Amino acid sequence: MKPAPFRYHRPSTPAEACEALAAELRDGAGAKVLAGGQSLVPLLSMRLASPPALVDINHLDPAAGLAAIEIRPEGVHVGALVRHADLLASEEARLAQPLLAQALAHVAHPTIRNRGTSVGSIVHADSAAELPAVLALLGGSLDVGSVRGTRTVPAEELFVGPLESSLAPDELALGATFPALADGAGVAFAEVARRHGDYALVGVAALVSNDTVKAAYLSVSDVPTVIDLTDVPDDDLGEAALSRLDPIGDIHATADYRAQLVRVLTAKVVREARKAR
Amino acid sequence: MTTKLMGQPVQRTEDQRLLRGRGRYADDVAVSPGTLHCAVLRSPHAHARIVDIDVSGVLDVDGVHAVWTYDDLTGPMAEPLPLLIPHPALTEGRTQYALAKDRVNYVGEAIAFVVADDRYLAEDAVGRIEVAYDLLPPVVGIDAARAAEHLVHDDVPGNVAARMEQATGDVEAAMAKAPHTLTLDLTVERSACTPLEGRGTVARWDPDTDRLQVWTSTQTSTGVRAVVAAKLGLDLGQVDVVTPDVGGGFGVKINHPWPEELLVPLAARALGRTVKFTEDRREHFISSAHERGQVQHVEVGFDDDGRLLALDVRFWHDHGAYIPYGLIVPIITSTQLLGPYKPEVYRVVFESLYTNTVMVTPYRGAGRPQGCYAMERTMDAIAGFLGKDRTEVRAANFIQPDEFPYDQGLIFQDGRELEYDSGDYPAMLEKIKALVGWDDFPAYQQEMAAQGRRVGIGLACYVEGTGVGPYEGAHVHIETSGKVKVATGLTTQGQGHQTAFAQLVADTLGCRFEDVEVVTGDTRRMPYAVGTFASRAAVMSGSAIHLAALRAREKVLRIAADALEAAEDDLEINDGVVSVKGNPLDGGAVIDLGTVAVLSNPLRYAFDEKSRVATQFTVGDPGKPPVAEDDEPGLEGKDFYSPERSTFASGMHAVIVETDPDTAEISILKYAVVHDCGRLINPMIVEGQIHGGVAQGVGGALYERMAYDESGQLLNASFMDFLMPYVTEVPDGIDIDHLETPSPLNPLGIKGAGEAGVIPSAAVFASAISDAEGFALTAMPISPSDLFTLRQEHS
Ligand SMILES: Cc1cc2nc3c(=O)[nH]c(=O)nc-3n(C[C@H](O)[C@H](O)[C@H](O)COP(=O)(O)OP(=O)(O)OC[C@H]3O[C@@H](n4cnc5c(N)ncnc54)[C@H](O)[C@@H]3O)c2cc1C
Repeated sequence: MKPAPFRYHRPSTPAEACEALAAELRDGAGAKVLAGGQSLVPLLSMRLASPPALVDINHLDPAAGLAAIEIRPEGVHVGALVRHADLLASEEARLAQPLLAQALAHVAHPTIRNRGTSVGSIVHADSAAELPAVLALLGGSLDVGSVRGTRTVPAEELFVGPLESSLAPDELALGATFPALADGAGVAFAEVARRHGDYALVGVAALVSNDTVKAAYLSVSDVPTVIDLTDVPDDDLGEAALSRLDPIGDIHATADYRAQLVRVLTAKVVREARKAR
Repeated sequence: MTTKLMGQPVQRTEDQRLLRGRGRYADDVAVSPGTLHCAVLRSPHAHARIVDIDVSGVLDVDGVHAVWTYDDLTGPMAEPLPLLIPHPALTEGRTQYALAKDRVNYVGEAIAFVVADDRYLAEDAVGRIEVAYDLLPPVVGIDAARAAEHLVHDDVPGNVAARMEQATGDVEAAMAKAPHTLTLDLTVERSACTPLEGRGTVARWDPDTDRLQVWTSTQTSTGVRAVVAAKLGLDLGQVDVVTPDVGGGFGVKINHPWPEELLVPLAARALGRTVKFTEDRREHFISSAHERGQVQHVEVGFDDDGRLLALDVRFWHDHGAYIPYGLIVPIITSTQLLGPYKPEVYRVVFESLYTNTVMVTPYRGAGRPQGCYAMERTMDAIAGFLGKDRTEVRAANFIQPDEFPYDQGLIFQDGRELEYDSGDYPAMLEKIKALVGWDDFPAYQQEMAAQGRRVGIGLACYVEGTGVGPYEGAHVHIETSGKVKVATGLTTQGQGHQTAFAQLVADTLGCRFEDVEVVTGDTRRMPYAVGTFASRAAVMSGSAIHLAALRAREKVLRIAADALEAAEDDLEINDGVVSVKGNPLDGGAVIDLGTVAVLSNPLRYAFDEKSRVATQFTVGDPGKPPVAEDDEPGLEGKDFYSPERSTFASGMHAVIVETDPDTAEISILKYAVVHDCGRLINPMIVEGQIHGGVAQGVGGALYERMAYDESGQLLNASFMDFLMPYVTEVPDGIDIDHLETPSPLNPLGIKGAGEAGVIPSAAVFASAISDAEGFALTAMPISPSDLFTLRQEHS
């Protein structure tokens, strides 16, 4: 469980990081960005991934602002070096969008949250992860940069497949924007995991406003899936969601059991989100 | 007067070091830059013939020093690894080679061994070795092994390594006469010890002295020493084995030698360099031992009170691809299944089966959890059938306190009679009922049902043979500083031996607890020893240390009597000072242990002030030899303890669980333990062992399983998917009560405590969940998903 050899870049500005990514891609298979390392390092150690180079962004100049959480008019902006633990602890972020803290409490364990970045989790695009589903449900976006300039990718264009985001191999994610909770709206999050802090067997986030009911699902489809449940009678919420999802069985749970969790959790989060309005 | 430390909850001395990260494990040894590191090429296939191994891509890689495959092994190294514990019933014993010869029989079997400058390079090199395989059909799981459509070993018909039967009478006749009979079919899945520190071995060859020094993370340093010497063609006197701190064993490190325990010393000698192997987590899952997997068929005949008239058990034990540790696990299941009960007639038949999976050797509890599970599921089934309280049926079958010693009429794992030494099961049952609130539970269950909540209570009883022989020894050495150095040969995996053994020495010798230093697992200090397993350290080494300290004390008193001109019988030793009984310490004549040590050794040369008083012109009677004919210089005591048979500890666990009606999640509301390990040396350490055992048991019952697919790939070979419980999954508190029925078999009246906490877990959770759900569980472990499936089947 030791990584294969790789070249190592330690840029001090986002521009240098983008340069390094571009140069590695020009010369070969391209580099991987190393953020908190909580997903990437295990993949390297088990040699499930062996990129020729890493671009370590942990030493970027703080002046670049990538470690900042900002409450902007459009929502909570989370820089690429904000750790899960920082975001979970941010009172301002919790007030602006309570779903963040509700979901983050289920992300792994304190030691992993201390290192893992929220933006890294989004780029990693694991459909079993909490934050991609949250970003998708809220209709947030990701700011990315490269030697070609910067662009903003809306959540619905971000998650393209299992562990696959629409970022180009030489793009660096700079920050994510989670829209703030609108007046009169409510959110809730619930999941069932085998052990506290494990990836969920099923997780559901709900957003209820005056005219819509929406839920986002993790671990029951290839990409985080948002389902519009507006006008669905309460008793049919679970079945309505299931018609759009594809729970599968694995060593931890059967497909039937996951379907049951979809029913139970959907009813629960919609109820709670309504209550939270 | 020094207060006795026996029975006191003395704080663990070793924790200062271990909790501050100052433990020194195998990987912390030899961290110097010159040390070479290893990696092992392991089979990716569960069953295959090796057609060709091509290492040519490796040899010229910079930083790679050597590669071994089977063809490079010679002499005893080229023979199969030892079958450590032969048994007459084990007719088809097969063990693996240090490196696979021409076949691989499980995913993870070692094929090639690479030594390089560092582990990174060694892993790079492993990736360049090319092996051509001819795939064979794998045999995975007990059903496939029994069906024997394919064979693991061509020359082992039916995949059966051993068939063993024991009976205490004519079970068929007894069954025919029984008023009621029931049949149960039960399964227990595979799990594993998974210590946080995997295996690790370091070796250094000294060409100047022709000696080998080995550090290894083992539960038996003397065992490793013997096998390394034998396999490498060395004399025992050329090999020293030291066990540093060990980050958990739980059984898996009693098996030896692991291939790397031989290959590392072999490489160290061949290359003339210090060589280190540190197993990684994935390797641990696929190449260190597993346990627990059994299929059981129980037939039981009983009367209206639930008394067992005939108990007829058959079970099939999955021991994996090889069987180096013999039949210990299934023999323990077959004998310890009886627990505290006395069926009129018992017959047990088991088959130990080969499968193309990681081999099985003892895991904490060593077959007892499965036996307890079979027996306790049966007890619950009888109670359900008769409509009686589950405790009542158990009580009707208990061996009574006046029936000890009680001979179960079977032969135990050590080849001796299964004869229980002492216990009080009826008193224990009363204690556990009170502790968990058994009699109040039905009312609580109804109250919860009214709120739409499901709760259930379970109970399980066990008896555990502990402290198996053959022997353990101890050496107690009093230094001229007054410090007491104690050596015993078995090893320590965190149990608190430094503390518990020092308590015994302080009490027996009369020295200060702080002055005692205990060394374990160092063959240079105690070359005769067995090892730490089978809950034997306290009983075996504890007794030996007590006896050795008594010998040292005798000598102290003899020399002190001479010096103080008093009779030995009039002397006492407190806090390391010998004085005349009743005399005030300040006024009367006294001598401290250090001075007695000085006097014990007549010197020719004075090297410091203290030694001046012991030179030949100052001590002894000039008319006699300086060391008397039947004496030795120095202040030491050495003794061995070798009991007739095992001591039998016992316990009962009870748990209250809640199951979620919608999500089938299982939560623990209360966990209670009553435990009897004879006299307690240190109740805090015993409770720590129980806490750890219960935590591990929760894992075994509700979380952990080895998920093999039909091709023999282990799908969950990481802590991400092998669900060892976190602190958030184990009960917040465990209520513990002790009962002390001293063992008559050893001078201290103690029994073992190490494994106990894990034994009844599968049984007690199956009982409680069944109670909550209203149907009987027959397969463990159980996950929420499993429970959901069962609910659908039963609705
Ligand atoms: C035991 C354990 C349990 C866990 N449980 C959970 C859980 O329950 N829920 C959950 O959501 N997560 C869980 N995680 C994952 C954790 O949240 C990770 O931190 C997160 O998925 C990735 O963040 P990171 O900063 O560690 O990214 P890294 O591991 O450094 O990178 C992950 C991937 O994203 C890319 N990347 C990262 N940052 C950028 C960037 N700024 N620009 C471009 N690419 C980037 C990397 O190149 C890499 O491909 C767990 C991890 C562990 C080890």
